[in-house]
Amino acid sequence: MRWLAAAALAILLVLPAVLDSYAVTVFIFIFFYAFLGQAWNIVGGYAGQLSAGHAAFVGIGAYTSAVLSVQAGLTPWVGMFVGGVLSAALGTVVGYLGFRFGLRGFYFVLLTVAFAEVCRIVTLNTDAVGGALGYYITFTGNPRQFQFQDNRAYYYIALALMLAATGIVAGIERRRFGAYLIAIREDEGACEALGVNTFLYKMLAMVVSSFLTGVGGTFYAFYLFSLQPNAVFGIPLSVEIVIRPIVGGAGTVLGPILGSFILSPLAELSRIYFGQGGWSGAHLIAYGLLLIAVVLFLPQGAYPALRRLWGRMPAR
Amino acid sequence: MAVGLTLIFGVMRVVNFAHGDMMVWGMYLAWMLATRAGVDPYVGFIACAAALFALGWVVQRLLVDRIVDAPHEMQILLMLGVALVLENGALVVFGPDPQRVRSPLRAATIWFGPVFVDVARLVTFALAMALTLALYLFLTRTDLGRTMRAAADNAYGALVIGTDVRRVYAVAFGIGAACVGAAGALVSPILPFQPAGGLSLSVASFNIVIIGGMGSLPGAFLGGLLVSVAESMGAVFLSPSMKELVSFSLLIVILLFRPAGLFGRTTT
Repeated sequence: MRWLAAAALAILLVLPAVLDSYAVTVFIFIFFYAFLGQAWNIVGGYAGQLSAGHAAFVGIGAYTSAVLSVQAGLTPWVGMFVGGVLSAALGTVVGYLGFRFGLRGFYFVLLTVAFAEVCRIVTLNTDAVGGALGYYITFTGNPRQFQFQDNRAYYYIALALMLAATGIVAGIERRRFGAYLIAIREDEGACEALGVNTFLYKMLAMVVSSFLTGVGGTFYAFYLFSLQPNAVFGIPLSVEIVIRPIVGGAGTVLGPILGSFILSPLAELSRIYFGQGGWSGAHLIAYGLLLIAVVLFLPQGAYPALRRLWGRMPAR
Repeated sequence: MAVGLTLIFGVMRVVNFAHGDMMVWGMYLAWMLATRAGVDPYVGFIACAAALFALGWVVQRLLVDRIVDAPHEMQILLMLGVALVLENGALVVFGPDPQRVRSPLRAATIWFGPVFVDVARLVTFALAMALTLALYLFLTRTDLGRTMRAAADNAYGALVIGTDVRRVYAVAFGIGAACVGAAGALVSPILPFQPAGGLSLSVASFNIVIIGGMGSLPGAFLGGLLVSVAESMGAVFLSPSMKELVSFSLLIVILLFRPAGLFGRTTT
């Protein structure tokens, strides 16, 4: 397993040398969404708190670093952490309210959606950050401003983000913290009865998750150079974030990555082949069907199923 | 529309994320009937309700039935999948442009003293009232309705006394879907619609149902009134584009302090 991972990593490292620019773009999206999925995985997968408002954290991270960079000249390399901290602050508020008031299941989903929507509407109505017109970053190609002429630079950054998040998740899983989160997901009442401070650990999961997602927002902003409130804060982005770990296997270290390798190319392909002539919704139909199939037949996701199929490794 | 959601949730404790998209399909069906066959939406809504009933029945029998005992999260995800398919199916079939159904009633207006109301809105309102009342009577006065409430209260108990709970669920889901279908057809002359609107309609109806109280019909009705009044006030006092903000803030507050809703009984 270990050298398999090393081999995969080596391939990913040399891949940009042989791929054309478009294929590199596809990989960037695979890594980026795997990263966001991984961040979501901490709170949604391990702790079992289904947040459907993670787009809010992307949006806050993206707007923070973009505005700081354009207005105050602060380099996004620092701004990304400011964005992360602000996202974590929102995560703290949402988590505190949701967990303190004991909202579970559907009610927690609604709470997170409501917060994301509030963020979207407020941004839409704030002219200082462009309002409904969106916020634009002028491309200068200056690496200090997180801008690169070469697509491959983004490739390596996205790869690094994904690996870092995966490392964090693997670390959490191995520690007591991860065990607590899984226990909370499986039976919160029993967990509490055993004296585990479930509130604290759910909060921690939420803070780490929202911080990482906020950092991802900076990448989003400085890769696309334009921010639209409806795109960055919208429910569709939240769905994109949630669906990859679910399909790949929520609550597993490799699930979000697997999910992203399945879904991101699928989205790209259907965009190419069905992009014109009114078929623009095709990739979302495929998402929907896949989601239905996964819930009905593979409720734990693709990764645990693959593992069982191989039947070699003991399930962790 | 919220009434249908309440029914589905109340009876089965399944959250229907595809609600708004079903409504959009109801609107498009009304639109097709009006443009292709010349049927006025105020007549065509019956056909829309029937079609959506079938859709709801099928979704329930084929999909939801298999996981009705699964954790809430899985049901949410399943319905999200259905929502994605329906919404983008509409996008593929009908295209992204907003549509509107023309009804002759739309042009007519009535004066009530100082205010004037157009007849279309009035008829929509009256029919919605009538449907809500009919549903309420159905649930409280007929055998099938009583069985539904029994299954909602205690599915196992209902099973013990010989109810075909699965069939009751399918009917409940079908009726819930039929309600949104009818609602969609009824508002189609008033509101312009497009495929992408499904998700926001879903969220809006959750909003209403949560505020009114899950599983309570009068609650859904009052919740609907409350939300629209609050939104119009928000539009007047803040700005028109901020009106959604009011209902979402309201939603957050209600979720925190009165998760059973204003008129719901506290059940878990």
